[in-house]
Amino acid sequence: MTTTDGAVRNFGVVQTEEMVLNMGPQHPSTHGVLRLKIRTDGEIVSHIEPYIGYLHRCFEKHCENLTYEQVIPFTDRCDYIASMANNHIYSVAVEKLMGIEVSEKVEHIRVIMAEFQRIASHLLAVGTFGLDVGGITPFTYCFRDRERILDLFEYTCGARLLYNYIWVGGLSHDLPPKFRQYALEFLDYFEPKIEEYNRILTYNKIFIERTGDVGVLPAEVAISYGCSGPVLRGSGVDWDLRRNEPYSIYDRFDFDVITGDGQMGTVGDCWDRYYVRVREMGQSVRILRQALAALPEKGDVQENIPKKVRPPKGEIYFRGESPRGDLGFYIISDGKAKPYRVKMRSPAFCNLSVINEIGAGWMISDIVTILGSLDIVLGEIDR
Amino acid sequence: MTSFVDSLTELLSSLTWVPEGAAGIVFVTVSVLVAIPVFLFMTVNALVAVYMERKVSAFMQDRLGPMEVGIFGFKGGKRFWGGIGQTIADAVKLIGKEDTIPAEADRALFIIGPFILFGAAFATFIGVPIGYGLVISNFNIGIFFVTAVSSIGVIGVILAGWGSNNKWSLYGAMRSAAQIISYELPVGMSLLLVVMVVGSLQFNDIVMWQEQHRWFLFHSPFTVLAFLIFFASGVAEVNRTPFDIPEAESELVAGYMTEYSGFRWSIFFLSEYANMAIVALMTAIVFLGGWLSPVGGLFRTIGLAEGWYYLEGPWWGVFWISFKAILLIFTMMWFRWTWPRLRPDQLMYVAWKVFIPFALGNIFFVGIWELLLG
Repeated sequence: MTTTDGAVRNFGVVQTEEMVLNMGPQHPSTHGVLRLKIRTDGEIVSHIEPYIGYLHRCFEKHCENLTYEQVIPFTDRCDYIASMANNHIYSVAVEKLMGIEVSEKVEHIRVIMAEFQRIASHLLAVGTFGLDVGGITPFTYCFRDRERILDLFEYTCGARLLYNYIWVGGLSHDLPPKFRQYALEFLDYFEPKIEEYNRILTYNKIFIERTGDVGVLPAEVAISYGCSGPVLRGSGVDWDLRRNEPYSIYDRFDFDVITGDGQMGTVGDCWDRYYVRVREMGQSVRILRQALAALPEKGDVQENIPKKVRPPKGEIYFRGESPRGDLGFYIISDGKAKPYRVKMRSPAFCNLSVINEIGAGWMISDIVTILGSLDIVLGEIDR
Repeated sequence: MTSFVDSLTELLSSLTWVPEGAAGIVFVTVSVLVAIPVFLFMTVNALVAVYMERKVSAFMQDRLGPMEVGIFGFKGGKRFWGGIGQTIADAVKLIGKEDTIPAEADRALFIIGPFILFGAAFATFIGVPIGYGLVISNFNIGIFFVTAVSSIGVIGVILAGWGSNNKWSLYGAMRSAAQIISYELPVGMSLLLVVMVVGSLQFNDIVMWQEQHRWFLFHSPFTVLAFLIFFASGVAEVNRTPFDIPEAESELVAGYMTEYSGFRWSIFFLSEYANMAIVALMTAIVFLGGWLSPVGGLFRTIGLAEGWYYLEGPWWGVFWISFKAILLIFTMMWFRWTWPRLRPDQLMYVAWKVFIPFALGNIFFVGIWELLLG
């Protein structure tokens, strides 16, 4: 039954040995088909090794056989929780390569969509994190509200999860007539709800006991592993590409970059990573209100779409802030209709790589908590 | 003292056609006859409690819960009674499922595990009264019997976890063993305090004491604490959130139940809900006056309406004890759908460093209280 792979410890009469435990690929809280090979001594975990690739769909190789426009639906399926952000960043990368400028209206709509997507993604992260520590009700609260964002997306482009909405040079559809009204109604509804999540989960004593001081990720470790997004900010590093390297029209909006402050323990613990996400939803609401107010009424969203997307010879690396962090696309063009190479720099991949660094020495229950706080999406890790 | 066993034995022995000296046959017949209501009670309890759990969780989570399956053509209204037949349909489905035993499992232990758990819950009901004299057998050591027998169940859990030959099941079983052994102590100590004051281990005597004096919840500040410790430990003993670490779906898949399906799994389920009912009934009897009416009792306690027995009597007693038990079961559900789960070491911390010292101190202080004021 036990595998004698780990250290054998001798306590005089009692001898213990480490047991190898496979968590996943079929496990309720590995957030997809991740397999963690865990060496445990009783409940204590001494080593964690993530095995990935169960969801490998050859995204990068596929891209070499598709035209630039055809890649966009594939980016949807990478990080399927934040498809709009993937669309957005990929399209901006190709536009930079081709030197296309898009209209004001398109930029505004893109930011609106990206921020709605950020709220939806963070809602899922917050809800499933609650589920990981054993609270079921916060999950349904979050999904109730995420549903309304998905309704807005459906209203806009007909799809609820994989949108193919943001195109190179434009958008697939203009905003429907009542979008602004519905969006504002949603924001008015949603803002008080953040307080509700805090009441049921964030400041719950058991939740704090489970997440505060657990899985502390120091800032240097986070930086050296290439972590980004809420995981990096949770460690107290003030870094957000929307502000530090503004793309699209993010430099026009007034918002705060949220960092973890160790309110319930140490800076960089699971609670900080979680709370950064909760507070970022509030900042996204701020951006959305400004963007919706400044959204130009008139304009064609498809006027700048090139007939043929055929970038000149060259290469580009462009990165933006997806809900999970620093999402980059490295595109090499050889002047043909299909990219020579597309490389995606996935934030969740780097975020996952710290799991052994911060997870070793904790208990099995904490591994689930830590994994949940990293908020990984396997579609993006395996690509 | 009346009890089902006594009355039935008396009845059977008094029948003229039963030969003299057939005590053995009478005993076996009585045993079989009393097993039927216990089993029926457990089944109905599980069916109702599962339905209640679903509806309660649904309303707490902004959902509707089961809404489609009716019973005898009654589909329920738009909201509250919708899906009233769902648990029956589920029970039928569970019984009809294929019986799978993993190839590498220890077959004997795998099969026997759920039945030990079930047997423990079943046997516990022998001692738990649901009204004055409405008890299968009225032991003079009622409390002792109930606490002792109900903790046999953990052996079934360990056998199931070990026999499954699955690491997750083993983890669940070990956690469950640690948890139940730890939480037996605060439960026992909280009950000890009541036994000390009443001077009897019999449930009837405890309720009668409460009838003459006051509910144990209102006896002294220390019994309030004992009530909280007892109820929390009871929740821990029946593996419910925030103490549900043996099952911990997000960590251990399903704990010791991981490899079970169909009928065997439904036995686990039945026992779990039966144990919930036991904890709720015990709490109601020991601390909340059992089958005493809260209305009349309240008036008498504050000195009004001396000798005024409103809503009291044997059948009202059944109503009141069920009412209190359902309220407590609802509280357990409320816990489950609100709180996250503790970590195993935190669970042990709560038991050994919080509950047990306080329960021990309670015994001491209640002794002094009785000495000075009793």
